Amino acid sequence: MGKKLFNFKDNGKNKQQFKLSEHTTLIGFLCLVVLASILGWPDFLRMRNIITLLRQVSYTGIIALGMTLIIISGGFDLSVGSMTAFAGGVAIFAMNKFTSNIALGVAVGVLVSLSFATLLGLINGLLVTKGKIAPFIATLGTMSIYRSLIIYFAKAGNIESLNTAYGNIGSGVILGLPVPVWCFFILAIFLQIFLDDTKTGKYICAVGANEQVAKYSAINLDKIKLIPYVITGFTVGVSALLWSSRLNCINPSDCSGYELDAIAAVVIGGTPMSGGIGSVLGTVIGAIMLGIINNMLVLAGVSSYLQQAAKGLVIIIAVLVQYKKEK
Amino acid sequence: MNDNTVLKIKSISKEFSKVKVLNNVSLSLRKGECLGLIGENGAGKSTLIKIINGIYYPSGGNLEIEGKAVDIKDSHTAKSLGISMVPQEFNLIPTLNVFENIFLGNEIKLSNGLLDKIEMRKIANNLLDQLKTNISVEEKISQLSVAEKQMVEVSKALINDSKIIIFDEPTTTLTSHEIEVLFELIRGLKEAGVSLVFVSHKLHEVKEICERVAILRDGNLICVKNVEDVDEQYMAQQMVGREITKIFPQKRDSLVGDRSVLRVEKMNLTRKVIDASIHLKKGEILGLAGLVGAGRTELAECIMGLRHKKSGEIFINEKKVDIPNPRVAINNSLAYISEDRQGRGIHLIFDIPTNTTMISLKKYVKNCLLDKDLIHKKSSEYIDVFNTKAASLKNALKFLSGGNQQKVYLAKCMDTNPEILILDEPTRGIDINAKSEIYQFISELQEKGMSIIVISSELEEIIGLCNRVYVLREGKICGELTGEDINEEEIMYYATGVKVM
Repeated sequence: MGKKLFNFKDNGKNKQQFKLSEHTTLIGFLCLVVLASILGWPDFLRMRNIITLLRQVSYTGIIALGMTLIIISGGFDLSVGSMTAFAGGVAIFAMNKFTSNIALGVAVGVLVSLSFATLLGLINGLLVTKGKIAPFIATLGTMSIYRSLIIYFAKAGNIESLNTAYGNIGSGVILGLPVPVWCFFILAIFLQIFLDDTKTGKYICAVGANEQVAKYSAINLDKIKLIPYVITGFTVGVSALLWSSRLNCINPSDCSGYELDAIAAVVIGGTPMSGGIGSVLGTVIGAIMLGIINNMLVLAGVSSYLQQAAKGLVIIIAVLVQYKKEK
Repeated sequence: MNDNTVLKIKSISKEFSKVKVLNNVSLSLRKGECLGLIGENGAGKSTLIKIINGIYYPSGGNLEIEGKAVDIKDSHTAKSLGISMVPQEFNLIPTLNVFENIFLGNEIKLSNGLLDKIEMRKIANNLLDQLKTNISVEEKISQLSVAEKQMVEVSKALINDSKIIIFDEPTTTLTSHEIEVLFELIRGLKEAGVSLVFVSHKLHEVKEICERVAILRDGNLICVKNVEDVDEQYMAQQMVGREITKIFPQKRDSLVGDRSVLRVEKMNLTRKVIDASIHLKKGEILGLAGLVGAGRTELAECIMGLRHKKSGEIFINEKKVDIPNPRVAINNSLAYISEDRQGRGIHLIFDIPTNTTMISLKKYVKNCLLDKDLIHKKSSEYIDVFNTKAASLKNALKFLSGGNQQKVYLAKCMDTNPEILILDEPTRGIDINAKSEIYQFISELQEKGMSIIVISSELEEIIGLCNRVYVLREGKICGELTGEDINEEEIMYYATGVKVM
């Protein structure tokens, strides 16, 4: 008795200690980079290859950022792929109403893409919180609905943009990096700070970790559970904007399977499906790891049909490592 | 070496992230005896029984069963060696019925691979008869009372042909009659040659049911004694390592003011609370006594906006308030400590600062961002105030003992600066030392003018702390006691319906 284990000075010391087991995502990432550099020498490390790789992962990566928050809050979203195509299509549709003024058209395109996707995210969130429908089921439903509506609007054909300037957004390059990559990184940093350093971010973790405790801690469950869906709607809007302007066109079957890539990036990035904890920057690493694996397989000339199998394998390994860690 | 030693624990040690929680503990369990295992929170009791049951793996030392060294890697191995545990938090599946739970993992199968439900029902029925309970094997677990669930857990252990059964604080949620039934059962098991480990905080129960008692303190085995040779006082002293003079601080009725700070008028909650009217005075410690299920927790949760009342009015400082959710309650200077610490009170996977500031997080926002330095500073202040023991602030709460978790929970509520504090079973599953610290703290709060409601099933807690007591029975307020009338007999008369107001 009387032995006081707690000592505030210890705290600083603990911070500096680097625990290998806590950084499995980063270690996996570094191993993969080294492996890819050796196997893909010298093509993998070429600047052009890396930039292409980053651009490729940005579209699903941006969506995965929002998905990270949903999964931390204890939710799930299957509808993001359909949402991307739907929002992108509606944005081009709206923009084409303003053919006379190119600048105004682009502004409308950006605004509609972001706000419409945010609205779709809000619908998902309301179904889960007010409708009390399990996230998996609610978003399975909206996944079908959003996809069906865009196919109907597009009359099963392409929705092509008549605006000549719109395409500059998605294919633009700033300081050597494509615009989608900038969006990906900036949003990631922003959301990581949101998660770590704001009240709402902490409450999202609290709700995901234990809803009952959150309720007894006077946290407004419905509001906090809704926010990640709305944020995901917004990130989907960003992705839809970049994707549709890159091609200056949307095909109603675009972006199917994005939900799985996004969830894979979250899981590989070290955020457990059980909720409560997780990292947005981890998801960035997860998305890039998925890209590297695809890239390696392409460089090695492996059939593209096998790429999905490789992805599946990585997801399973990532979860196995996490499970070990928890135990 | 004693010939009838069933289990031998040989210099077992265990470390969690470099914190030693068990240090070289050697202990043996004899055939047909009930060994009491006592110690404060964090003394290492739970860790020790979890090692025996294969949930934790020891950092050093080994175990022997009937003279043979065994390696208990997981709870499955423990089960096959005849070791079972009746845990504090039951491991039953609420949606399955009684016999399915009893046979969970031990199912009897027909030759075609399907379950032999007829046989299982028959065996389960016999077993429950032997235990002298009248639970039906078809009943769903969710329909059972706590005591009945415990009986099912015991049956689960027996079906497994256990040689060793560990009871982890089995009596915390039982009424005194149910405890008597449990003890009868334990005596029967002893006669049948089963060895039992009885982990408890209630020393008089250890005295009543155990042959020997092992006392742990700070991860060390202090002594093993024949229960006949020691008294409760001695056990308590050995646990704490110093003399305890008294647990409860002096009651001070003079601190109670005239003004009522909280008044509840005719509160109703479907079938749980019926026309309950209570009032709490400034600086008062008010007790809500009654049997488990009398509606005390429900009443408190209605006040806090955690449940939606059917009717009733709440007045704070004689002003009528509407409390639709807990946030409004907090804004009205109310705070509530739930009886379910781990399920409702604290986030086990989060660290101390995150838990401490969970309700009051708004205070720490500066320019939209959280002031983490301030959060840490405040949390370590609470660590000092409550004398909380943790290796570091960064410890997840699941690594803290029950008493220390409770202290963090108290800090979490205190950080909202409440004027009215409702404590629901504030010392459940907590050792004497932490208990007395918490009582002391409650008394200090009263001195500072805070008004406190204590809900407790432990009569001595109600009697030792409260200036005034309401007794609830079946959702109704059926008695109000003050002064000398606050005693065990009076409370029980009202709680059981012998006396009505």
